[in-house]
Amino acid sequence: MEFSISKKAKTLTMTLMGVGVLFTAIGVFTSMSDHHFATRLLANGLVNSFFFFALGLGALFFLALQYATETGWYASVKRIIEAVAGFLPYGMGLLALTLLIITLNDGAHIYGWMDPESVNPKSHHYDEIIAGKAAYLNKGFFWIRTLVYMGTYYIFLRGFRMRSLAEDKIGGTEIHFKNYRKAAVFLVFFAVFSSTSSWDWLMSIDVHWFSTLYGWYTFAGMWCSAMVVLVLLTLYLKKLGYLPNVNDSHIHDLGKWTFATSFLWSYLWFSQFMLIWYANIGEEVTYYMMRIENFKALYFGMFLINFAFPMLILMSRDAKRHAGILTFVGLIILTGHWLDVYILVSAGSLGATAKIGFLEIGMALLVAGFFIRIILHNLTKAPLTPVNHPFLDESIHHEI
Amino acid sequence: MAERVIYAMYDDDDVLKDGAKMLVAKGVKISEVFSPFPIHGIDPIIGIKNTRLGIVAFLFGITGLMLATVGMRYFMVTDWPMNIGGKPNFTYLDNLLAFVPITFEFTVLCAAHGMAITYMLRNKTLPGIPAQNPDPRTTDDKFVMEIRLSENTKYNSEELEKLLRETGLIELDQKEIK
Repeated sequence: MEFSISKKAKTLTMTLMGVGVLFTAIGVFTSMSDHHFATRLLANGLVNSFFFFALGLGALFFLALQYATETGWYASVKRIIEAVAGFLPYGMGLLALTLLIITLNDGAHIYGWMDPESVNPKSHHYDEIIAGKAAYLNKGFFWIRTLVYMGTYYIFLRGFRMRSLAEDKIGGTEIHFKNYRKAAVFLVFFAVFSSTSSWDWLMSIDVHWFSTLYGWYTFAGMWCSAMVVLVLLTLYLKKLGYLPNVNDSHIHDLGKWTFATSFLWSYLWFSQFMLIWYANIGEEVTYYMMRIENFKALYFGMFLINFAFPMLILMSRDAKRHAGILTFVGLIILTGHWLDVYILVSAGSLGATAKIGFLEIGMALLVAGFFIRIILHNLTKAPLTPVNHPFLDESIHHEI
Repeated sequence: MAERVIYAMYDDDDVLKDGAKMLVAKGVKISEVFSPFPIHGIDPIIGIKNTRLGIVAFLFGITGLMLATVGMRYFMVTDWPMNIGGKPNFTYLDNLLAFVPITFEFTVLCAAHGMAITYMLRNKTLPGIPAQNPDPRTTDDKFVMEIRLSENTKYNSEELEKLLRETGLIELDQKEIK
């Protein structure tokens, strides 16, 4: 069935973007004279471009995971996953733009290591730790890595999409097995890149600190938020009557993924926190000291939201099949994961001066509106049910 | 009280499922299906209620959580305050983080074991309990449907057998059970 964007959805996305622009403008005019304004603006750009980029990347990862494991049930929701993954080029554009402006501003107090003074032994800003990391953390190598990540993601995304559309026309199993092999290769790249890219883009904000768990932590957050978006989008399309093949069992499975990835995220959050708390080593605990001093309510509140809400509400089988409950919990933990990314970026760059005001909310709404519009637009590009997927029959009869 | 039971054997789970659908539509009550593996979607057809194992798992989990908390508070704080890595050891709450992994593990242990034992007890499949299935082949590659005459007063046994023969079974048997 062909999808067309309803008038209501068009109005909604335009309103979101409009309110976003308005709030951003208010935020800019009221805080333009602040000392930290440039840093705040760019940090926000980084938060939102990374968060929405990660939604697309999470969907691409999930799609590759389905190919590599030769899963059957997802065939009826495959086009939805592809539509969310299709935001990736736009997300990469936003992220690259933000990173470019930050780089041109010598780190803009977000990436301290980009400041040439920090590696100049004669300067009084000289930082021995940063100088020691300069072989990895320098502008040139940073951009090489960033472009390699983005290029790889884009090539695989394009390949999956092209083969998916070709499969609709040709059929057979050749494309299926090609997807299977490509997805396995993608997962190998993704396993390395999801870790190293989070070190580059996010962990290097707290340049003195490091954690080997960091990559998995951001990856789990990205996966969980991508699953929430997939559930919400599926429920939305189902409500409009677009997905006759999607039954309660598909919704239940997507709900289970949301539930499970929430636990994965909470588990990694706790593992990182507890080990550092227990060992109590000066250079490690500073990371949490900064967060607890400046973001106490937000930091622990965010953890409680992302952990307790899905655990208590989504535990029962009926809740995972209930559209209202899934939407309610989904929207809350999506906000929770946005806050997580917000703190990841802001705690190290703005610290005590960070606050959530018009600027933060406005930019988030603006990119959210854009994101929704793009994924709805992607949905119109192809039939909502892939006609020749070899597992389509299994998916139609999916029952758990 | 002895009861007459009809056992219909199939060699394909889909044939059994279609047959069950047909029989239920005609008002036949199927009391049980024996199968070597779970047949997806058979429960709603023959009217088996959702399992309550989840509730009991939750209760076992809560029990484990409380036992772990009470135990560790006694061992590590009340009875012999332990000083590990210079962490505060006067109150449980100050050291709560250190106790979370063990609490978690013990919750899982209690829930998993409790659930498994409850499941086997309820199904009467604990080691040493005699097998309940009517034919040993249902643990290999055959499927058996059980229909009790006392639950199907609408039909007599000849009518039931006639209905069953239409469903593609491979063997039919009638037995007296206690």
